[in-house]
Amino acid sequence: MDHHRKLDFRNLHYAGEEGMLIPSLQKVQEAEGYISRERILEIHRRSGVPVPQIYGVVTFYAQFRLQPVGRHIIKVCHGTACHVAAAKGISQALEGALEIRTGETTKDRLFTLETVSCLGCCSLAPVVMIDTSTYGNLDPAAARKIIRQKQKAAAGAPAPGKGRS
Amino acid sequence: MKILVGLGTCGIAAGAEETYRALLEKFESGALPHPVEKTGCIGMCYREPLVEVRADDGARYHYGNLTRDKVDRLLSEHVAGGKVIDEWLVWTHAGGGSEKAFLDRQNRIVLRNCGNINPESIEDYLGVGGYKALEKVLRESDPEGLIGVIIESGLRGRGGAGFLTGMKWRFTRMAQGEHKYIICNADEGDPGAFMDRSVLESDPHSVLEGMAIAGFAIGSDHGYIYVRAEYPKAIERLNIAIAQAEERGFLGEKILGAGFRFRVRLKEGAGAFVCGEETALMASIEGKRGMPRIRPPFPATKGLWGCPTSINNVETFANVPWIVLSGAKAFNSLGTQNSKGTKVFAMAGKVRRGGLVEVPMGISIQEIVEDICGGIKEGRKFKAVQMGGPSGGCIPVELQNTVIDYESINRTGAIMGSGGLVVMDETTCMVDVARFFLDFTQRESCGKCTFCRVGTKRMLEILTRITEGEGREGDIELLEQLAALVKNNSLCGLGQTAPNPVLTTLKYFRAEYEAHITNRKCPAHHCQKLLTYTITEACNGCGVCGRACPAQAIAGEKKQMHVIDHSKCIQCDECYKTCRFHAIVRT
Repeated sequence: MDHHRKLDFRNLHYAGEEGMLIPSLQKVQEAEGYISRERILEIHRRSGVPVPQIYGVVTFYAQFRLQPVGRHIIKVCHGTACHVAAAKGISQALEGALEIRTGETTKDRLFTLETVSCLGCCSLAPVVMIDTSTYGNLDPAAARKIIRQKQKAAAGAPAPGKGRS
Repeated sequence: MKILVGLGTCGIAAGAEETYRALLEKFESGALPHPVEKTGCIGMCYREPLVEVRADDGARYHYGNLTRDKVDRLLSEHVAGGKVIDEWLVWTHAGGGSEKAFLDRQNRIVLRNCGNINPESIEDYLGVGGYKALEKVLRESDPEGLIGVIIESGLRGRGGAGFLTGMKWRFTRMAQGEHKYIICNADEGDPGAFMDRSVLESDPHSVLEGMAIAGFAIGSDHGYIYVRAEYPKAIERLNIAIAQAEERGFLGEKILGAGFRFRVRLKEGAGAFVCGEETALMASIEGKRGMPRIRPPFPATKGLWGCPTSINNVETFANVPWIVLSGAKAFNSLGTQNSKGTKVFAMAGKVRRGGLVEVPMGISIQEIVEDICGGIKEGRKFKAVQMGGPSGGCIPVELQNTVIDYESINRTGAIMGSGGLVVMDETTCMVDVARFFLDFTQRESCGKCTFCRVGTKRMLEILTRITEGEGREGDIELLEQLAALVKNNSLCGLGQTAPNPVLTTLKYFRAEYEAHITNRKCPAHHCQKLLTYTITEACNGCGVCGRACPAQAIAGEKKQMHVIDHSKCIQCDECYKTCRFHAIVRT
């Protein structure tokens, strides 16, 4: 992927301070979508934090992924209010529309479907977050419609990994 | 005159950004002669997007559900024509509007600026007396006296446990250490709680000011805000606020010309609920796995990087500037014997008016649900409230006169918690609610303590089989036994309180568990595997259900009553959802 180059390691300030490990991992993931083996080794070289410790931190936190993801991350909220408002139906509708299961990425690498514990928009339950936009008061049909719109928009834009520098 | 659009996350999700852009276009094209501004969340999440027309004389008109398509009429009728549009009006300064009861019963201290000022403008904050409290504290230069005021006010930690804030500050001040830290816990992880998100998005400076005051009180020069990564808007606005405060000299070196220095850094969480626990949170800031450790030593003596640390919640900090300016008496005259001031609740679930409410301690659950929030949606029956998230419990409608204070709520088996209040009606299955929370705590257990790691998993398995009609005799007793073990053998609050949702539902809704196990029935008609679907005489034989059924379990002649073959039915609920004549009943 081209946008690897965007990552500027000079700005990460790894050196010495252990507290920077999580922010560094967050920056890597923001730029590349996931934490690769190469990046773990690179962080180790620059910071001196042992590899097992970095791996331990990566696997502890739900935010970090060891596998590449789609261009859009869909997070279906399964908080208390959303649960009571049938969030399960939203997840099922999206699984059907994208032909993947929760936790998976579509073949065209456009979408990754996940669940999240609570997005804090409980009075608009059920809620879905796509990248940093939040959609509320959904039903299965409305959720499918948003996906169709995103697919349409993507069909007009260059495919992921190409034409971006 | 100016126009304000509520741009919290809830508002944006409901389309406020589009309303804002439409208004801005009108302003830029000259069609609207008055400025358009952003504001935070006024708490009326159920009527978003919200737009306020504020006249120069201070008159305020709030309009609800103001989507993009309503902008033209708002401008022509109210802004240009001077005629208030009554049918959209939700609240006005003059005591009108359809949602008057929602706002007028509240007492807003923490939310004093939410929905009133532009959260991205330090001028707005200064305009409502912002940083005056910090100024006063530095001028008086009496940290001991300041801590005395906070203790006298009776302010208790709003994160859930309710420890006296002033005492925490005093312990941290007295502790020996070269460096001392202030941490603002904004890792609002309880599903169903969004008070802290709203405060950070709507009034970030009040939290920064509270932190700087705390820093002065305990002798700290460094603060961290640990905020959930799931709150991008809050992070964005906090970053803006920190930069503005540094530029104006409210944070940084020699604050307001005094010899006091205080810096604030933002740390984004990485998606671990357990990091809301203070020792786990500190481990996370230090770059480690967020696992709790044994206390004592408490953070006040040995906290972040081994230094004395005071950890307080967002809402606690937001109270501080108000108390400093208004005095301890003004605060402790509100509330009950041991719980002073106000509490913000995030109302969600089956309640008619969901959103943020700030009420004085001592008000009853019934007053909040019925009087302020308008009771239950769709005329259904009020069954219970869930308080305190995964650490809390369900309080049944029979106890709706329980008053909001730390001790009264504890007596029911629930906890005050951070302030999530999820309302449940007769269609909510309490066994399923318990299962939901156990599923959550089981996933979020960090794995350090065996009873929490394995015990919650076993409890979840039992609850799951009960909701799926596989419950066994003795399951209830087994749950109780496991609950006691998990509670008593876990190091941190997560494990110690994880069984609470099960214990409170067993205490108040035991018959529901028994109905699931013995009769294989779910009284709330929620657990699908326990439902029996039958077609009644209301059926006109349209055949829609038959086509929707994935198991071909429905048969019948056209225009004749159809029948469901129970041996084929897989309880998928499709027929029930597609029938437009309410001819299918679930029992």
